[in-house]
Amino acid sequence: MHFDYNEEQQLLADSIRRFIAKDYDFDKRKKIVASPEGASDDVWRTFAEMGLLGIPFAPEYGGFGGGAIDLMSAMEAIGEGLVVEPFVATIGLAAQLVARGGSDAQKRAVLPAVIEGRLKMAFAHTEAGARYDLAHAATTAKKAGKVWVLDGEKRVVLGAPLADKLVVSARTSGGTSEPRGISLFLVDRKAAGLNLRPYVTLDEMRAADVTLKGVEVGADALLGTEGQAWPLIEEVVDFATALLCAEAVGAMKHANDATLEYLKTRKQFGVPIGTFQALQHRMVDMVIAAEQARSMACLACAKVDGEKDARERARMVSASKVKIADACRQVSQESIQLHGGMGMTEELKVSHTFRRLTMIAQLFGDAEHHLARFAALDRS
Amino acid sequence: MDLNYSPEELAFRDEVRAWLNANLPDDLRRKVAEYQELTREDLLGWHRILAKKGWVAPSWPKEWGGTGWNVVQRYIFEEECGYAGTPPLIPFGLSMCAPVLLKFGAEAQKKRFLPRIYNGDDFWCQGYSEPGSGSDLASLKTKAVRQGDHYVVNGQKIWTTLAHYADWIFCLVRSDSGTAKRQEGISFLLIDMKTPGITVRPLVLLDGGHEVNEVFFDDVKVPLENLVFEEGKGWTVAKYLLGHERMNTGRIGASKRELTKLKEFAARQTSNGRPLIDDVRFRDKLSRVEIELTALEITNLRFLDQMRRTGQPPGADVSMLKIKGTEIQQALSELMMQAVGPLAQPFKPSNGGDGFDFFTAALAPRYCNMRKTTIYAGSNEIQRNIISKMTLGL
Repeated sequence: MHFDYNEEQQLLADSIRRFIAKDYDFDKRKKIVASPEGASDDVWRTFAEMGLLGIPFAPEYGGFGGGAIDLMSAMEAIGEGLVVEPFVATIGLAAQLVARGGSDAQKRAVLPAVIEGRLKMAFAHTEAGARYDLAHAATTAKKAGKVWVLDGEKRVVLGAPLADKLVVSARTSGGTSEPRGISLFLVDRKAAGLNLRPYVTLDEMRAADVTLKGVEVGADALLGTEGQAWPLIEEVVDFATALLCAEAVGAMKHANDATLEYLKTRKQFGVPIGTFQALQHRMVDMVIAAEQARSMACLACAKVDGEKDARERARMVSASKVKIADACRQVSQESIQLHGGMGMTEELKVSHTFRRLTMIAQLFGDAEHHLARFAALDRS
Repeated sequence: MDLNYSPEELAFRDEVRAWLNANLPDDLRRKVAEYQELTREDLLGWHRILAKKGWVAPSWPKEWGGTGWNVVQRYIFEEECGYAGTPPLIPFGLSMCAPVLLKFGAEAQKKRFLPRIYNGDDFWCQGYSEPGSGSDLASLKTKAVRQGDHYVVNGQKIWTTLAHYADWIFCLVRSDSGTAKRQEGISFLLIDMKTPGITVRPLVLLDGGHEVNEVFFDDVKVPLENLVFEEGKGWTVAKYLLGHERMNTGRIGASKRELTKLKEFAARQTSNGRPLIDDVRFRDKLSRVEIELTALEITNLRFLDQMRRTGQPPGADVSMLKIKGTEIQQALSELMMQAVGPLAQPFKPSNGGDGFDFFTAALAPRYCNMRKTTIYAGSNEIQRNIISKMTLGL
């Protein structure tokens, strides 16, 4: 039992922290957010050069063979810096589906390019009415001779406007909410019949609704076994959720640090407002929430890396997401409250952190969703 | 990072678990599980079983009977005791008076008191709080005036846990009321409870139980040799003890046992024709407590790992464990009470008790009793003050 990072993990986190402090401060981030693309290719290249994009992939494809724990500290730095580049969308979700479900040929075609920063990806899965149900897929894929034809509509595909390739889930058999019968396909973002309705998300990232009308892909686009994608989707979304938990810990750290600093410097009635016990206790509760969240992020990352029992893995990831979602909500709301009117303005980074924490609380399932999943998976 | 215990730590845990299973007497196990009041003999009986095994005072120096375990082993041992449902080891002698004597006591005091504490020959209690001095301990007024070879103590202590069982009490008293600072002029005295002039009056709590007392001192003569450390330096001693809080303050082992019990219990209760545990509103509350407990356990392990690596005492981290641990204990006791619904109402039989369900009747009083946890040992608000000051610098 130990909780320290090894040397490589620490070095990676340090270099990302330095990079964010130097080249990704609040002003620079603002410019990236305001740019037409809404993300920086330079930043992405730097991530590739640092080796960050290759951590959770096998060495034979150019990766480092690591996992969520190896990324934890880096995810915290990403969270603290409110990085808007599509790291979770590409590395945590879409490329993971390829790495865990794809054939050797598919991995060779995709992973080295991802790791070198030449290829961005997105996972098109969520649909209208699905809410957080991962087994929901009404989009269809039908065999027509040697090709598959995809039809349907996907919502809030994170990173889609920036992606070169999408992994699209589609039903090859079964009813709309059945776990069996879902298949995954690698689809070019520029494929004929695939259209994007892009937008900026509340937390200043890029996403899109994606319509597929008679999109044709070859037999080699099928990822994994036909109709058997659901356990893989669960596994990969759990992995991405664990990364997101670590990212949330970093974002909460910023919210707490900024709020504590404000309590020490802002004066009213001739004294720093941090001398008021009503505010002190609220601040303490924010810090406790963040500590508990950090513990649960450790648990989630450890479970997605090392837990062989899928049910136990899923249950503990859900436990973590419940705690993280609650903490995101508490810390973000309190950070604005304790900043007073200034917290309401766009001028302070803490208000942007509020937006990110608010969205993280719901991404991949809110507290209630994961509470239900946690209870349903109980064996005792 | 590795959240699992090492093979050596697991082997240690298994050894402790197996020994506890084999050596915890059935009647004590049942009494704890059914929330029955433990007598002085119950408490000392278990103390003596552990003393015989050599496990009653793990953190003491080896020459006085300590086990030489590291912080993780000590934590594992304490949590396993909680998980097994042993009677508590009453801390006043073992983990309060003894560490003070080891740090500040004269050699004669150590020789006189430590073996008796170890063997469970003396039952100790703690004389800190007074009617006007709760969280604000330094305002205490109980007076000790030096007369020849003894002090004469006059005043009153309150909330004195198990004073009615005690042979000895350690007290903070004011030996000099003329000091500039309130923290000065306080002394740490060891007082024999049989000394003339001491009166113990029970304070029955809202659950109907007798745990705490008022202790009155009326011209009580205390030999000078019972002063620990220097006269007027009692605050230094008291502060040392505050920093000596144990790492099992989260009581995770005991809460795990309660959670398992609650799940089994809720599966047997029915609500609208279905097991209560399948009731979404009840289940959500239960799940949240389970998740809180999981988070607390990992937080506790993180702090422990940090202690082991840095060799630093835990400081204000213990306050966090106390806040979360007690909230969880309260939530569990509340859910147990809620699980039985209207059957929580019967309290005690009025006709001798034939056919009376004593276990179910203990659930609501237990809920009442557990309200104390967020008040005692530094209320949770005081813990927040500590974190605010020590960790956050506010």
